[in-house]
Amino acid sequence: MTEKSHNEQLTEFEARVARGDKVEPGDWMPDEYRQNLIRMIGQHAHSEIVGQLPEGKWIPYAPGFRRKLTLVAKVQDEAGHGQLLYRAAETLGKSREEMIDELLAGKAKYSNVFNYPTPTWADVGVIGWLVDTAAVINQSMLAQGSYGPYARAMKRICYEESFHIKQGYDAIVALAKGTPAQRAMAQDAIHRWWYPTLMMSGPPDKASPHTEKAMRWRIKTKTNDQVRQEFVDLIVPQIRALGLDVPDRDCVYDEAAGHYRFTQPDWEELKRVINGDGPMNKERLDVRRRSHEEGRWVREALAAKAKRANAA
Amino acid sequence: MSDTQWETYEVFHQSRRGRPHEHVGSVHAPDPEMALQMARDQFARRLDCVSLWVVRSSDIAQTDYQDPNFFSQVFDKSYRDPKAFDAPARTEPAES
Repeated sequence: MTEKSHNEQLTEFEARVARGDKVEPGDWMPDEYRQNLIRMIGQHAHSEIVGQLPEGKWIPYAPGFRRKLTLVAKVQDEAGHGQLLYRAAETLGKSREEMIDELLAGKAKYSNVFNYPTPTWADVGVIGWLVDTAAVINQSMLAQGSYGPYARAMKRICYEESFHIKQGYDAIVALAKGTPAQRAMAQDAIHRWWYPTLMMSGPPDKASPHTEKAMRWRIKTKTNDQVRQEFVDLIVPQIRALGLDVPDRDCVYDEAAGHYRFTQPDWEELKRVINGDGPMNKERLDVRRRSHEEGRWVREALAAKAKRANAA
Repeated sequence: MSDTQWETYEVFHQSRRGRPHEHVGSVHAPDPEMALQMARDQFARRLDCVSLWVVRSSDIAQTDYQDPNFFSQVFDKSYRDPKAFDAPARTEPAES
């Protein structure tokens, strides 16, 4: 096989991506593409792992056995998604161990939304309904992306996330049809989660310098602003149909544009929360570190068993 | 502490008897027995499954995406395709 120049390989790579073909682990790819994907998939994996915590805390207090079982299943899905994503990132050359160590050391970033508290049962419903709706819009976009292992993981994850949305919506409908206090609890949770959920799709396009290349290489197939608008257009009518509302008086439907207008979140807050200074960042990492230590004996036992099996 | 890596196993999932085992992804595990348990938890939580295979990822030999020659069709192989034949459904006996 003759050696190709970097430019020839880049041209071939971009042509493959442009015609919608997937890139697979053994393929030549620009280093920037590889590094961007490692970062994105790693952050996505960490988000699933940390994402277990805000809701996991409610498992012992879920109202009724059925909702408890459903919530256990949802949290288990998130653990599974984290592992699927660590595997996808590993195909690009970074080990799961490195990623786990970075998360535990507080050096890794993950989604802003999991750094907010969940003081009421309605928070569990709103995370499933609002946060996971925003996640599915983002992830169905990523399922169209150019990197094969990531796109495959996204398809599986989206399928399971649709169950998460249903369970969250169901929990909020029960509150919306309930007593005035239950209704107020649902409304309060929507108010607290509204802006963090809008931030979840990432900084606005004009402050996101990598967007152009990420789109060209189909690392993303929609921009942050497009994903955010899609979420608002989908969720606002759903919220209002339950007689609830978003905390934004300017959120009105613009007939001419065919979209809802909405107030931009506080982008400085997003920066702070992503960089470790949100209301719950410290608590989340403390819990993760503790459970990593508490699980050590299980890992040691499994390693000892495997060693004995190999020796026999 | 280097105790979270383990080897990886590729997972093949069969949804019903008679269907093929299909590759669905991979798991980390310290040995094949645990790999099957991890595979069940990861890939058979919901959908029908009657059988799982796991195989060490390092035991899989694979072709090289970069080798353009391996699958090249140098010769016309259309004769291998049923559509390549233009045989009529009925024929008249040849005039002698």
